[in-house]
Amino acid sequence: MATDSVPTTEQEQPTKLEAAPGEYVETKFATLFEPPQPLKTDGGATIGPVTVAYETYGTLSPEKDNAIFVCHALTGDAHAAGRHGPECEKPGWWDDFIGPGKGLDTNEYFVISANVLGGCQGTTGPGSISPTTGKPFCLEFPVITVGDIVSVHAALVEHLGIEKLLSVIGGSLGGMQVLEWAARFPDKLSSAVVLASAANLSAQGIAFNTVGRRAIMTDPHFKDGRHYKAFGEDEPGPRFGLALARMLAHITYLSEASIELKFGRRLQHSEELGYELQRETEFQIESYLHYQGKRFVERFDANSYLFLTKAMDYFHLADSYGSLTEAVGRTDASFLVVSYSTDWLFPTSQSKELVAALIETGRDVSFIELDSPYGHDSFLIELEPLTALIQPFLAQTRTQRNTDTSNSR
Amino acid sequence: MCAQRYCMPDPALALTDEVIMRHISTGSRVIDLGCGNGRLLQALRDRHDCSVLGVELDRDEIVETITRGVPVIQADLDKGLSDVPDAAFDIAVLSQTLQQVHHPKEVLREMLRVARQALVVVPNFAHWRVRLQVLWQGRAPVTSSLPYEWYETPNVHFMSMYDFRELAAGLDCHIVAELPIIKGHAVDRAWAPNLRAESVLYLLESNDSSHTKSTNVSVTAGVPSAK
Repeated sequence: MATDSVPTTEQEQPTKLEAAPGEYVETKFATLFEPPQPLKTDGGATIGPVTVAYETYGTLSPEKDNAIFVCHALTGDAHAAGRHGPECEKPGWWDDFIGPGKGLDTNEYFVISANVLGGCQGTTGPGSISPTTGKPFCLEFPVITVGDIVSVHAALVEHLGIEKLLSVIGGSLGGMQVLEWAARFPDKLSSAVVLASAANLSAQGIAFNTVGRRAIMTDPHFKDGRHYKAFGEDEPGPRFGLALARMLAHITYLSEASIELKFGRRLQHSEELGYELQRETEFQIESYLHYQGKRFVERFDANSYLFLTKAMDYFHLADSYGSLTEAVGRTDASFLVVSYSTDWLFPTSQSKELVAALIETGRDVSFIELDSPYGHDSFLIELEPLTALIQPFLAQTRTQRNTDTSNSR
Repeated sequence: MCAQRYCMPDPALALTDEVIMRHISTGSRVIDLGCGNGRLLQALRDRHDCSVLGVELDRDEIVETITRGVPVIQADLDKGLSDVPDAAFDIAVLSQTLQQVHHPKEVLREMLRVARQALVVVPNFAHWRVRLQVLWQGRAPVTSSLPYEWYETPNVHFMSMYDFRELAAGLDCHIVAELPIIKGHAVDRAWAPNLRAESVLYLLESNDSSHTKSTNVSVTAGVPSAK
C-alpha cells in the first residue's frame, strides 16, 4: 500500500488534481522521508520512509492559491468528505462542512485532508511494518509530537506542489496542529482556523488520557503492544481496554446538557428498573457508550491511541517556542478562533488565552464563542454558524492574499 | 467587492465616523468597542493604514465585520476586556455606546488600560430640545439624536457635558479634547455647548506615564497579561 499514487512533477497540472462535484473520492498515498532523508522526530528518533494517506476535494487553481489543509482530531482519518463508492455507507467525517457550496466550498477551494503520523488509517504508525525488523513497530515506534505530525503534513503539501496554503483548519487535536503549523511553518499559510482547541491540553485533559491509556495497557491482551496478526492469528488485542478508553473519552466530548437531551434517564429495553447488577446496558446512555466502544475497537488500533493521546498531552505551544506570543508571532497569518459554550474539555478560557496572545503580537484575530449544547463535539455538529463565519473569513483571506501578491510584484 | 453590499449609508453615522477619523493618526493601532458591522474600522484600515480590532457581542454583526475583512472578537463590554492585554492599542474608540453599558466608569477604565487614549462619543442629554420636552411637555425626551421611547431605549444612563467631565475627573485621566457636535459638525469652541451640542466627542488620556511609555515597547515583546 506504500505506493505513491501522486502525480509526478510533470503531471502536476491542476486538471490532474480535480474531482468533479458528485464524483466519488479516493484515498491516495504518498511516500515521503525516504532514506537517506528520514524524518527526525522531536524526541530525537528517525523514521523513514513515511507513508501518508490523504484525500483531496475540489480543484487546485492554476496559481495554486486556493488550497486548504484540514487537520483531523484524535481518531479521525483522511476521509473527511464524500463517499468512496456506491457501496460506501459512510461519508467523510466532515462531509456536512466540505463540499460544493458548503463551509469549505469545493467549487472555490482545493481541500486536502490527511491521516496523522502515528495513526492507523493509512499513514505510518505503530501498526506499520518497520523496515528494520520486517514486523510491525508496536511500541518501538518513536514517541511523536504534534510537531512531528505537522512536519509530515507539510512535506505532503510540498509534495503536492503547493507553496503556501490559503488556510489550515482543524478542531480539537486538529486545532493544535493548526497552531503548530503557524509556529513551525509560519510562511506556509495565509490563515489559520482553530476550533474547540487550545495552545496546550489542560491537566484535566491529560487526566482523562492517562486513564484511557491505563485501560489499554492493563488489558491482559495488550501484550506490550505486540497484539497484531503478525504475531499470531488469534491475537484479539486489548479490545476491552480500548473500548473502555473510548467510552471514557466519549463522555468528555459531550456535555451534561447534550446527554440529558439525547438520553436523559431513559431505559434501553424496558419501562422498569431490572434490579440486575450484571445488566450493563440498562440505561440508554450505558447502551450508547458500550456501542461507541465496540464500534471504535473495530476501526482503531490501541497502539495508535497510546501514541496519539501522548502527542496531545505533550503539546505545549508556549514551552516549545519560548512563550505563546513568540509562538503565534512567528506568522503573519490571520486567525479565526472559535470555541463552544458547553465545551468543558477545551473551554472558552483556553481559546481566550490564545486570542490574548494574538492581540498582543498584533496579529489579525477574530474570535467567537458559539452557543451549542453539544460540548466538545460541537465543531463536528454545529456547522451552520461555523459556515456563516468561515465563508467570509476565507474569502477575505483570499482577497488579502491577492492584494499582497500584487503589491509585492 | 462583496463588502460593498453591507455599506448602509446613514449620513449621521458617516459624519460621526469622519469626525472620529480626524482624531486618529495614520498607522495607529485602534480598538473599536461595540464596532457594529466594522464600518469605521474598515475605513481606518483602508484610508489611515491603521491596524484594527473590533469588539462586538452580536454574532450577525461579527459575521458582517469579518466579511469586511476586519478582525473582531466577541466580548460583552459590561464584563470587561479580559482578552485584551494592557496597552495593546494606541487608541480605544467607543461611539454612542457609553450611555448603553451598565458600568460606564468601568468601561472607560478598561479603555484606558488597553489603550493610551480613549475616544468617546456620547449623546448630550442637556441639549435644549431635550430640556424643553421635559420642562414644557412634561415628557421623556424623544429627539432625532435620541430617537427612542422611554420604554424601549437602550440608553440606560443620561449625562450632560458637565456630568461627563466629572466622571473623567474621577478616573486618573485628563481630557485632551472636548468637541461638541452641533448639527453633525464637530466644533472646537462653541457658545453654550451644553445647550446646543447633540453629541460630544471626548479624547481622554491616561495620567499614568508608565502606561504611555509601555505603548512604545515593541508589540512582540513580553507575555500576555495574566488578567
